[in-house]
Amino acid sequence: MAFEISNKNKKYDVVIVGSGAGGGMSANILSKAGLSVAVMEAGGDYDPAKEEYRTQFRWPWESPRRGAGNPIRPFGDFEASWGGWEIKGEPYTKTAGTEFDWFRSRMLGGRTNHWGRVSLRFGPKDFKRKDQDGLGENWPIGYEDVKPYYDKVDKLIGVFGTNEGLEDDPDGFFLPPPKPRLHELYIKQGGQRANVPVIPIRKSVLTRPVNNERGVCFYCNQCSRACGVYADFSAGTCLVQPAMQKGSVDLYTLAMVREVLSDNTGKATGVSYIDKRDKQEYQVHAKVVVLGASACGSARILLNSKSSLHPDGMANSSGMVGRYLHDSTGASRSAIIPELIGRERYNEDGVGGTHVYAPWWLDNSKQDFPRGYHLEFGGGMSMPLYGFGFGMDSIREYVVDEMGNPSRNGGYGIGLKNDIRKIYGATVGIYGRGESVAQYDNYCEIDPATVDEFGIPVLRFNYNWTDYEVKQAKHMQDTFEEFLTSMGGQLLGEKQGEETQYGLEAPGRIIHEVGTTRMGNDPGTSVLNKYSQAHNCENLFVVDAGPFVSQADKNPTWTILALSWRTSDYIIDQLKKRNIG
Amino acid sequence: MDRREYLKLMLAGSVGTGLLIATSCTDEDQALSEKIISDNSYGRIPEELQRDNELREAVFFTAHERKTIEILCDLIIPADEVSGGATDAGVPDFIEFMMKDIPSMQVPTRGGLMWLDNQSRKLYNKDFVDCSTSDQQQLIEEIAYPQEGDEEMQYGVRFFNRIRDLTATGFFTSEIGIEYLGYQGNRATMWDGVPPHVLKNHGMSYDQKTLDESLKPENRTKIAEWDDEGNLL
Repeated sequence: MAFEISNKNKKYDVVIVGSGAGGGMSANILSKAGLSVAVMEAGGDYDPAKEEYRTQFRWPWESPRRGAGNPIRPFGDFEASWGGWEIKGEPYTKTAGTEFDWFRSRMLGGRTNHWGRVSLRFGPKDFKRKDQDGLGENWPIGYEDVKPYYDKVDKLIGVFGTNEGLEDDPDGFFLPPPKPRLHELYIKQGGQRANVPVIPIRKSVLTRPVNNERGVCFYCNQCSRACGVYADFSAGTCLVQPAMQKGSVDLYTLAMVREVLSDNTGKATGVSYIDKRDKQEYQVHAKVVVLGASACGSARILLNSKSSLHPDGMANSSGMVGRYLHDSTGASRSAIIPELIGRERYNEDGVGGTHVYAPWWLDNSKQDFPRGYHLEFGGGMSMPLYGFGFGMDSIREYVVDEMGNPSRNGGYGIGLKNDIRKIYGATVGIYGRGESVAQYDNYCEIDPATVDEFGIPVLRFNYNWTDYEVKQAKHMQDTFEEFLTSMGGQLLGEKQGEETQYGLEAPGRIIHEVGTTRMGNDPGTSVLNKYSQAHNCENLFVVDAGPFVSQADKNPTWTILALSWRTSDYIIDQLKKRNIG
Repeated sequence: MDRREYLKLMLAGSVGTGLLIATSCTDEDQALSEKIISDNSYGRIPEELQRDNELREAVFFTAHERKTIEILCDLIIPADEVSGGATDAGVPDFIEFMMKDIPSMQVPTRGGLMWLDNQSRKLYNKDFVDCSTSDQQQLIEEIAYPQEGDEEMQYGVRFFNRIRDLTATGFFTSEIGIEYLGYQGNRATMWDGVPPHVLKNHGMSYDQKTLDESLKPENRTKIAEWDDEGNLL
């Protein structure tokens, strides 16, 4: 999809900042309506079908680090991810005594190239949490407003799963799920014994086709490397690329947007950006500006867009831009399943990651923490990569010989070689992913003293977990222990306690950050209205996870896609009615 | 895997073949693909390729250190009647690379090698590499079992844990290591559940709900359609 812009003076109907889930969906829908669209991407062009980018089907020895992370791909050498928590030349800062790690992708499609494809709808209660526990704020919209868009996203993109009739994990239009792997049958059994219902996970991977343009899954377990036949959902391959082929869409790559431009009436007129190739600043003009640069990326652009009519930045007369930043909670534990030691070999790669999960199963009114979490699982005879075979100094003792004698931890020689072979595929992991409570005091702002290498002022983060999240993590650890023990597992590592906040990952580490430009009916306490339109700038919209009022115990992508589609429909309608533009 | 074979694999799982053929089968693309393979690029972006090439060109271990590493690697993962050992699998090259890729490993590894020679000279009056295999093994015995090690030996235990980790991972991610392990994947296939005899051996089965709702292989290329309630037709 190599693309160069020849005409930088063109005026577009819409300029969209970001090509991930939010920006990609918006580009797709707006271009289908016949609008001319410019998509600004701060990273490079990327297409997993092209040999030059391909990491799918690579063997570990093709990487000199055997698949370990490198500075550009922190999750691993084969991951379809250019970026990470640290990017050279693009710093961010933190206020002392607070923590937040900001993951950014710099490539077409953004983080959707390597994400876990876990595609969960929010349920009716998720939009109205304040009604149930008095904390945070309700969304100005409800499930009934978003449901039609979830339905359309299911059909356009494809997601496997099962209709279970669960109130807060709504049914949808699902493709058939893949069968559980062997360790996942043990997990289901453990769930039954521990009273945690385990059901097929919902992932945007095509077990059957949804159109003639994308291939179907061939079960290589490498969705995180991005699929060469587009059997998994990535915004670049499934949304932006078709939009460019069928509509009037210009893609600007390596275009680092600095700010939203506005005229003397306060209306947005386009964006200015630095071209990373020549380090020069350019402008793109449009009738409508749509931000999909990620929750924090869009907040940064708005806060940096200062003018006499917008002295605190665009859309920020309430002072709420950057506020209520919140990520999912995360904690984990692992165990060895003795019945799986020395197991028979066969190909069980399956789809990328877990085939089953446990949606939140308890009633928070009976817990000492307000919001829920779901469980995901790991394990199986997957491709050995860097890290495989580590830790024999502490886990070799789980291998037992014919006489029932355990191996000695550590060691060397043929016995060690053989024991590592036996232990392969016998470990399972359990991961809790939960909802935190959005806080006014958890926020990002512009650091008054630091710029990036493009001269753009950077974000400074201020974030601390509250007692709600810490208590939830404590509950997770108890659940992990009970669950893994119920399935016959031998727990690995020490149980995390108070001193580590029960193993609670630092904010930002789960990469579900949302809420910096939240929607609401009151312009004094929110940034956007219920269509994600800026309260004080009618032709400015946000389509990433910034508009989220609360995160839910679900992964955010499916809701980003649904809301972006809904906002895009609204933009089309408003342009037609000449209310904006 | 060569490109043609890869494409064949891709096509085996795909109905969207037009797309692949349109974008992937030109002579130009073939030339690009050959260049990529000769560059060791495996899908690298330019910054990565430059860094990898710099790391490949730099040398960390001295000849003496390298020799010691080779001996340790083969003590940890030796050849046996089934497969080659760690040096056959190229593990010393991998460890050399990792020292440069993760610089924090350099001091403990170099220091650990010095410690090992120091011990060896105390016990046998020679460097570790000059000892007989049985003397080498006797020394390793002192640091190979972390829960049984002497207090005095903790430096060596830590060092050996690290070398064991790197050797094991280097071996089991090599071509001969993966063959020895028996990993069967990294290919296009149809996952239709655990083989029946394996299920039986583990006393497991798929319940009727799972069988009813899971993908049927014969439907895998049929475009999905639903009724208004979300039931697959």
